[in-house]
Amino acid sequence: MNGLLTQSFLTALVAGGIVAAVPLMFTALGESVSERAGVLNIGLEGMMLLGAYLGFLGVYELHSEWLGFGAGIVGGLAGAAVMAVLSVSMGLDQIVVGIAITLAGEGITSVLQQAQFKGKFPGLGNPATVAIPGLSRLPVVGHSLFDQPLLVYLGIGLLALVAWVFRATSWGLNLRAAGEKPEALDAAGISVLAVRTYAVLTTGALAGLGGAYLAIVGANTFTPFMTQGQGFIAIVIAMLARGKPLWVGVSSFVFGICLSIGTALQLTSINISSDVINMLPYIAIMAALILFARGSYLPPALCLPYVRGGT
Amino acid sequence: MALETEATAGTSLEAGARAAEPARLARSWRAVVRSLAPVILALIAGGLLLLVLGQNPVRFYVAVWQGGVESGGWQNSAVLMAPLLLIALGLIIVFRAGIWNLGYDGQYLLGAALVAGFGPSILQTWPAPLAYAVLFLVAGAAGTLWTLVPAVLKAWYETNEIITTLMMSFIGVGIANILVKGPFQDPTVNIPQTRTIPFSKLLPNLSGTRVHVGVLLALGAVVVVHYLLTRTSFGLRLQVLGANPRTARHVGISVRRVIVTSFVWSGFLIGVAAAVDVLGLWAYVRANWNPGYGDTVIPFVFLARLNPLAVVPFVAFYAVLSTGGDLAAQQANLPTDFLLVLVALILLFMTVIEYLGRRRDLGQSYLTPGLKEALRRPLVRRRPAR
Repeated sequence: MNGLLTQSFLTALVAGGIVAAVPLMFTALGESVSERAGVLNIGLEGMMLLGAYLGFLGVYELHSEWLGFGAGIVGGLAGAAVMAVLSVSMGLDQIVVGIAITLAGEGITSVLQQAQFKGKFPGLGNPATVAIPGLSRLPVVGHSLFDQPLLVYLGIGLLALVAWVFRATSWGLNLRAAGEKPEALDAAGISVLAVRTYAVLTTGALAGLGGAYLAIVGANTFTPFMTQGQGFIAIVIAMLARGKPLWVGVSSFVFGICLSIGTALQLTSINISSDVINMLPYIAIMAALILFARGSYLPPALCLPYVRGGT
Repeated sequence: MALETEATAGTSLEAGARAAEPARLARSWRAVVRSLAPVILALIAGGLLLLVLGQNPVRFYVAVWQGGVESGGWQNSAVLMAPLLLIALGLIIVFRAGIWNLGYDGQYLLGAALVAGFGPSILQTWPAPLAYAVLFLVAGAAGTLWTLVPAVLKAWYETNEIITTLMMSFIGVGIANILVKGPFQDPTVNIPQTRTIPFSKLLPNLSGTRVHVGVLLALGAVVVVHYLLTRTSFGLRLQVLGANPRTARHVGISVRRVIVTSFVWSGFLIGVAAAVDVLGLWAYVRANWNPGYGDTVIPFVFLARLNPLAVVPFVAFYAVLSTGGDLAAQQANLPTDFLLVLVALILLFMTVIEYLGRRRDLGQSYLTPGLKEALRRPLVRRRPAR
């Protein structure tokens, strides 16, 4: 039973991969929305942590997963509101504000967690899952793929929805115009700042939801700094996916597998230090950047605050 | 600034020069106000947060002062300044060129792990000055090496250095951990940490204090880097590239070479910061240890307007806040991550004050146009100039 292809290993890998991929998927989906609109959101890490903490609190205090996810969205929105006011309305530097939001998110959640729980990390129950009849009975990976919390199915639906919004609606067109040529959008009589504000708030809500999923389903608890750079991985995923939601889903799953491979390997006799395993996603990203960087595309107005009549 | 003064001097009769003097004074006074206001506002907002957490903010800040300055606390603060200053210098060099190096954690920890790993044996066998020099160079080289991939990707393919330096940083932190737990592990203890450098082999202290000579070295580096940036052609090339990459290309500056050189010096200084810190203060490195200096020093680098001399008082302020804040947080039963919130608040208030200042057109900006330019097209290859 020491081979790589045992059923227990594959099951753990796929199941863990999905659990790790879902927060990345929500967050990267959010980042593609704001990138399309011309806002690079370096504060994702902080927004995820705010979402994770409030999401955890929601479940802990109110005993409902859905209220937890809702609270997570509120947390992400709070961070995004700061970003929207400072970086969109006031046109301040997106990177500096983003770094500040990340630091503030890390600091505040850590301080509040420790002030509230005094060094304890209370756990939450396992979330309810919904098995898809038939498919979940498939051999080997059926159970781990098709017996997921409802939010996972909703998230995949959301990918398709956002893809459709990008492609086929006037909202999607406005978003793209805000990132490609904001002057044109302005000339067409649509407020660039409003479009970008909604985009940033959407990003915050999705990052908060991703963080909440990480805390509620992934870890069943909240620990300070628990995102460990996932916000930054999500930015890279959004860049490599070139703003295409379906690609966001696929690359999130690949990076999810990278993140979960360590846990799955513990079921085998293969002994690799956890430090090596933890580096895998970042090595994968560097490799992807070196190989594909030249092919990726970002909107020309990314990171440029829009000032009417400005240069 | 220099250009402006020259222009005034060129057109000036004596009266003009006399009129320019108060105007310049007023301008620098405004710059000081705009640099200090964010810090003061952040301290006030942090105090409000303390109130919410049920603490007495006045008592907290008094405890910060007592721990960070009084009764020998200033010596701990001064020792903390050494790595902070060197990292700040490393950041200033790249920021001036309009480049983001956010990989400081990996660069620092790799340097620290190597110094702590090789230090004990090298210091036992070699004469101290030679051993220090070699260890400084090793740490500096490690930091440099870790910037090379992002530097080359940036110089040749315009790959966004924010992402590449961050990713390299995560990899560097992992490798540092592997080194500490593997080849550098102290065989006599069960905790994953390196061997300890004997107390007598650490950097010597200034007489009668606990302040080691590394602090002087860092202050010396401040002067050298300031000279380099303001009085040499290398500094000018950085400045031009930071102000406008297209101009830099037009005046015949080899942009690739400047990008790689600035990255190399940045990584080197951050590596040396690790060497000074380990050889002066810590004497060993534990696995998963990360002092996180870089994140906290960034706001002060901007507040100092990327000026090496101006960064000294800001770093001194933060060193006191950090040294005293750790103690005050312990006394108040708060996690020390409270300081992260303060730093974030300083950054946020800095951008807001900058906004208000720009509206009223006061003083200089803290971000060079080039740094903003560098953010414009992450990951995208340069298009031919239209």
